[in-house]
Amino acid sequence: MSNPAIDAAFTDGPAFIPYLAAGDPDYDASLEYVEALARGGADVIELGLPFSEPIAEGSTIQGAIVRSLQSGMTVDRYFEFVTELDVDVPLVCMTYYNLIYQYGNEPGPEPFVEQAAATGIDGFVVPDLPAEEADPLREACDEHGLDLVFIVAPTTDDDRLDRLVSLSSGYLYVQARLGVTGAREDVSTQTTASLDRLAEYDIPKSVGFGIKAGEHARDIVAGGADGIIVGSALVDIIADGYESDAPVEETAAELESLCKELTAGALEGAQQH
Amino acid sequence: MSETDTTFGDYGGQYVPEALMPAIEELTDAYERYVLGNEDGFMDEFRERIREFGGRPIPLQRADNLSERYDRDIYLKREDLLHGGAHKLNNALGQGLLAKYMGKERIIAETGAGQHGTATAMAAAHLDMPCEIYMGRRDVNRQRPNVFRMRLNGAELNPVDIGRGTLKEAISETMRDWATTVENTHYVIGSIVGPAPFPAMVRDFHRIISEETRRQAREQYGRLPDSVVACAGGGSNTMGIFADFVTDSPFSTAEDSNTAADADVSLFAVEAGGSSLDVDEKRGVAPNSASLSTGSEGVLHGARTKLLQDTDGQIMESHSVSSGLDYAGVGPELAKLVDDDRVTPVNVDDDAALEAFHRLSQEEGIIPALETAHALAFLETDAELGEFVVVNVSGRGDKDLQAALEETEQRDLPNAPSMGVFDE
Repeated sequence: MSNPAIDAAFTDGPAFIPYLAAGDPDYDASLEYVEALARGGADVIELGLPFSEPIAEGSTIQGAIVRSLQSGMTVDRYFEFVTELDVDVPLVCMTYYNLIYQYGNEPGPEPFVEQAAATGIDGFVVPDLPAEEADPLREACDEHGLDLVFIVAPTTDDDRLDRLVSLSSGYLYVQARLGVTGAREDVSTQTTASLDRLAEYDIPKSVGFGIKAGEHARDIVAGGADGIIVGSALVDIIADGYESDAPVEETAAELESLCKELTAGALEGAQQH
Repeated sequence: MSETDTTFGDYGGQYVPEALMPAIEELTDAYERYVLGNEDGFMDEFRERIREFGGRPIPLQRADNLSERYDRDIYLKREDLLHGGAHKLNNALGQGLLAKYMGKERIIAETGAGQHGTATAMAAAHLDMPCEIYMGRRDVNRQRPNVFRMRLNGAELNPVDIGRGTLKEAISETMRDWATTVENTHYVIGSIVGPAPFPAMVRDFHRIISEETRRQAREQYGRLPDSVVACAGGGSNTMGIFADFVTDSPFSTAEDSNTAADADVSLFAVEAGGSSLDVDEKRGVAPNSASLSTGSEGVLHGARTKLLQDTDGQIMESHSVSSGLDYAGVGPELAKLVDDDRVTPVNVDDDAALEAFHRLSQEEGIIPALETAHALAFLETDAELGEFVVVNVSGRGDKDLQAALEETEQRDLPNAPSMGVFDE
């Protein structure tokens, strides 16, 4: 089963899925920034809950996580943030397993998932949770009607792919290239190969890792993706605004503008596909 | 997936990004075939190389002056005499050789005190493989001699500027490199931490410490020791010397294990108590590295284990005067053995470790690593150690001279030597 709000995001053209770390660079500005993503055309928002040891992130998102944690982000504040957020878009919580595991009185994912569901979260992406360790979280998500999105890597072989597809709900996160998150000039040819391999599976495929401009979005959707995930290119805008002390509205406008470019690129790609 | 169990009771597992899982599966297969199965004579070659390149077997030496001081027989397992000056070469050479058997073209490693980085750089040069080391900036500054040694052996050294710049950040950064280069690169993890099969595999390369100690104890003393004492950061020297004493462990391969004598051997893991066992939850700082003594269960760097973390699960910044113990986690197998009451976790603070550093230097003519000094400091306590005690001297202290002298100057230690400069 899967979450209807996330399913709906893929029914009407390609889904644009931006990522930001909640609380980057601080709580109030971050609310504005996440709302700007929705105005820019987000179909799903991946909202990062910062973890102190983000082993899958490149330097850009590590920077976002440090800014957020230093300005006081905690798990409870994250749930407040989600409650306060004024967007009409499904939210996927992207975080690392230890935060999910520790929440509540008993170790294990269930209390966190229950609270997330009550707060308005629709799904999870957990970069350090491979299929091998995912059963408890998968069960908790099923119990509360949330999606659990798995990442498919260029190194994932066919056996693992079958298993990931069977565990995944909502969409598959197709990692465009090996490495950590971060905006890149090129979009790897591995992406097209991955999408070809996934074509037979009946689940939306969203491609992430390195997309930073409308033309990337266009090419990837033209190559068969159902959605595009963009994080570092957006976080770069926040980092620049933070460094130069730019007004929040200015940074929010830049975010909205890049989101529109990416959305338009994805739409163009869908027409070519 | 392989048949090897990935867990130690509730601990262990494989919490890593999907991109790394195929490499973990490949490594598990290689571990089973080459290390456990000695396929193609892998373990024979490893043992020959660790003997000829490393200098094993390593003596078990009676420390006459300490024995008099404590009125017990104190024996030192002199891993400081292994090539490179620490036990680390057992694992670095083993994994380097395994990488070669697996057809990998490059090896990477993290390092805290620089001992594992140095051992990996030496092994890489010996095996003719390119090597890159990640080391926290703070550790680069406090362990200069090892930085130069790594470079002299031809390794590329990458300082890590994230966070506090210690072992935790170095491990995270090495995992990021591996996530990028996994197809041709092997990550030589330096302790019994990380995703399965690393904790078991690293222990198996260090098990030779335990094998030798048991044989030497019987030859030299006529029986097994009453207590074995080792410092514990991640825990590789600890599990290395404990491995074959853990008779109730299904992992023991000692031919003469499962004897009643083994169960009577007390095992003490000495952690860094730092400056205090209290934690500052608000600042996310634990001024110690005592995860076995004070930590709670959680997931870090690929494994479920005991961690220093806040109530949310954010990892605390640890502290120790010793870089090699300065880590917020610990090997999952040690966490399990502590829960089972087979291993007793204890800790000593920075001051006691520095005193022990000077004591061994002055009384036995051996300058120990600051990590090892923690194990030696534990001899001062009134714990029931029995009459025959083995301490694992996990490394020598040459790398620590600058740090030890600076730390000594900041304190009023009863046995601080005169280190004034002769410039008048």
